[in-house]
Amino acid sequence: MKTYRAYLYVCAGTGCVSGGAFEVKAALEEEVRRRGLADEVLVAAAGCNGFCERGPTLLVQPDGVFYQRLTPGDIPRLVEEHLVKGLPVKSLMYVPPDEKEPGPKMKDIEFFKHQRLIVLRNRGRIDPERIDDYIAYDGYAALARALTEMTPEGIIAEVSAAGLRGRGGAGFPTGTKWAICRRAPETPRYLVCNGDEGDPGAFMDRSVLEADPHAVIEGMVIGAKAVGAAKGFLYIRNEYPLALACMETAIGQAREYGLLGTDILGTGFDFDVAVVRGAGAFVSGEETALLASIEGGRAYPRQRPPYPAERGLWGKPTVINNVETWANVPSIIRRGAAWFAGLGTATSKGTKIFSLVGKINNTGLVEVPMGISLREIVYGIGGGIPGGRDFKAVQIGGPSGGCIPKALLDLPVDYESLKAAGSIMGSGGMIVMDEDTCMVDIALYFLRFAGEESCGKCAPCRVGTREMARILARITKGDGNGDDLIKLESLAPTVKRGSLCGLGQTAPNPVLTTLRYFRDEYEAHIFDKRCPALVCKDLIAFAIDPAACVGCLLCKKACPTGAISGEAKKVHVIDAKACIKCGICLNVCPPKIRAVRKTTPAIAGAAGSPTSSTRAAASPKTGEGR
Amino acid sequence: MCPSKSELEALTEKSTGQKRALIQVLQDIQDRIHWLPAEALEHVARTLGVPLAQVYGVATFYKFFSLEPRGRHVCTVCLGTACHVRGGQALLEHFERKLGIAAGRTTPDGKFTLERVNCLGACALAPLAVVDGRYYGRMSEAKADSVLAGVREDGDP
Repeated sequence: MKTYRAYLYVCAGTGCVSGGAFEVKAALEEEVRRRGLADEVLVAAAGCNGFCERGPTLLVQPDGVFYQRLTPGDIPRLVEEHLVKGLPVKSLMYVPPDEKEPGPKMKDIEFFKHQRLIVLRNRGRIDPERIDDYIAYDGYAALARALTEMTPEGIIAEVSAAGLRGRGGAGFPTGTKWAICRRAPETPRYLVCNGDEGDPGAFMDRSVLEADPHAVIEGMVIGAKAVGAAKGFLYIRNEYPLALACMETAIGQAREYGLLGTDILGTGFDFDVAVVRGAGAFVSGEETALLASIEGGRAYPRQRPPYPAERGLWGKPTVINNVETWANVPSIIRRGAAWFAGLGTATSKGTKIFSLVGKINNTGLVEVPMGISLREIVYGIGGGIPGGRDFKAVQIGGPSGGCIPKALLDLPVDYESLKAAGSIMGSGGMIVMDEDTCMVDIALYFLRFAGEESCGKCAPCRVGTREMARILARITKGDGNGDDLIKLESLAPTVKRGSLCGLGQTAPNPVLTTLRYFRDEYEAHIFDKRCPALVCKDLIAFAIDPAACVGCLLCKKACPTGAISGEAKKVHVIDAKACIKCGICLNVCPPKIRAVRKTTPAIAGAAGSPTSSTRAAASPKTGEGR
Repeated sequence: MCPSKSELEALTEKSTGQKRALIQVLQDIQDRIHWLPAEALEHVARTLGVPLAQVYGVATFYKFFSLEPRGRHVCTVCLGTACHVRGGQALLEHFERKLGIAAGRTTPDGKFTLERVNCLGACALAPLAVVDGRYYGRMSEAKADSVLAGVREDGDP
């Protein structure tokens, strides 16, 4: 392989690409060529490095210097200073919140510093479209070991001893699942990679598929040897076009190198995989529903047992693991069970990837050891809440999970602790919420989601989730009554116990946890007709503070219903009857003026009463708050 | 709008008699003409040997499939949780007002289809909208207006 003086890795994850990463890469290539550096400097695309908030990003190796929020216009200066003169460009580096000087190196940045990378070990340093890059970092070494030195039983024993548990949510021990499948008498046996990452707010599987597709393939080949499967399927969401393309490329390369297909590495072992494209149904992430979808039908879950490990695809024994689980396998085989089990807690081993999103400074993807506290993730890695707002809750586990309040910020993140708190590990979405997030609105959001995505097969889920959503909608409209909370609390266990699959069994969790930790917000909606977070439209009103308004006409021009009257340099007024509460006036009012206010309750005259609250909401238009 | 018989045959030929290829075949047709006309469903049922009711069941179960013609321009607003807490709902309502249609519908002139999606996994860019395949992160009402104006001026592809 040719070596270079410098390697410029442009992040090519979905986040950076939508911010213009390919334009930046093209500008870099052009500038490097123009200056005659093409023989010394390599410009390459790398998989998602996780710091999506700062995209497009660039990592310069071997220096380890990290550049962020690049535009093509920055490139000539960057190449001139850094690559010609050897002077890294400070103004293009990341400056941590509350600090003035940038941290030049990736390893010194808080966001990266506290992470422990196993699954994401190759992020930012390999081009996912080049199998040679993966191999250069010990890729396929575990496959070689498993195929040439280990027995199927030995592989299963290693994975069991490592304590690896399913990363898709439920946390079932992976080694046990493999052993059950291997013992099943019927053949052929199948492997499935569940890449139907449906939880809103979770995108670690997308990132792994895009950034390190060979790790998933390698994990599956090792698993195939362990359970004795000859055919595998990768079920990937249709919403992830880049992941689908990366996977197809990687599969082609692995076949070409003899790492997939017949007689792998000359060992006589055969295994091949096919990509199956999802068609947009949240329930397909449930394992039995996913199998039904691969078989070509509607994604209807079925009763378990029998579990897929005994009766799966076309009635044959099938191991289904999620993307992140498969990607853990090569490291376990290469570095040994003891090494892996040395990370994490007594019952939750290794690391977990979380997508840290919502009202947080450092949005992105983080891989941390199990057992780390929520506080370390939110404040240490995430850099806290933007805009000086207060942390309210973190929602973990998507529609199956729950909202963890401030009082539990020191909770260690592992399967058992999260369950005890009423949530689940889930696939790893962490949505941070601040004081401007209404917890009743969030509960409604998730129950509506569950109701819409319910496949309709069983009544407790189909009817129960919609009924719960109906009650929640009533509360957010100010039409709730004291009985509603009792109704929600009695419906929830019925839906949980009576539903066939995980979707229904966990759907009430967002309601139950918000009722447990934020009951006062429900009560404010029901009894005071107030939305303390100033979110629920029927309970708030918009008004212009005459003392602050400078009469700039901006809100008047932007109002879609003409509800705002006023002349230049004179105080503007909102007509409450014509106002549709879209919030555009608040967004366009300049940050220095902030004359538009939200008030609750909505009823004129009630504002200003002792229970009402008024404030200039954290203005979403300022960017950081959004 | 409707594919010709030979076009349908070309898209389904390799799956003749293969019931398990149903979703794949429907995806190929949807990719090609962006919706599934009744003739296409009937053709798929005949070619694959699957009852029409089952084809219809699958086509209506998955959100990717559309049984109505879609607009020449597709606007998708993400309503994942991260987008929701950063104002995704208000953004969707803004698109609805600007285009004069509810989410899931197509304008009468066939120019725009407005969709919402549960999550595109680009949560760092929240709130997010996708117009004709291009991602627009940290979207605001003003930005939406200029994107839509750009599409309108471009004329039709």
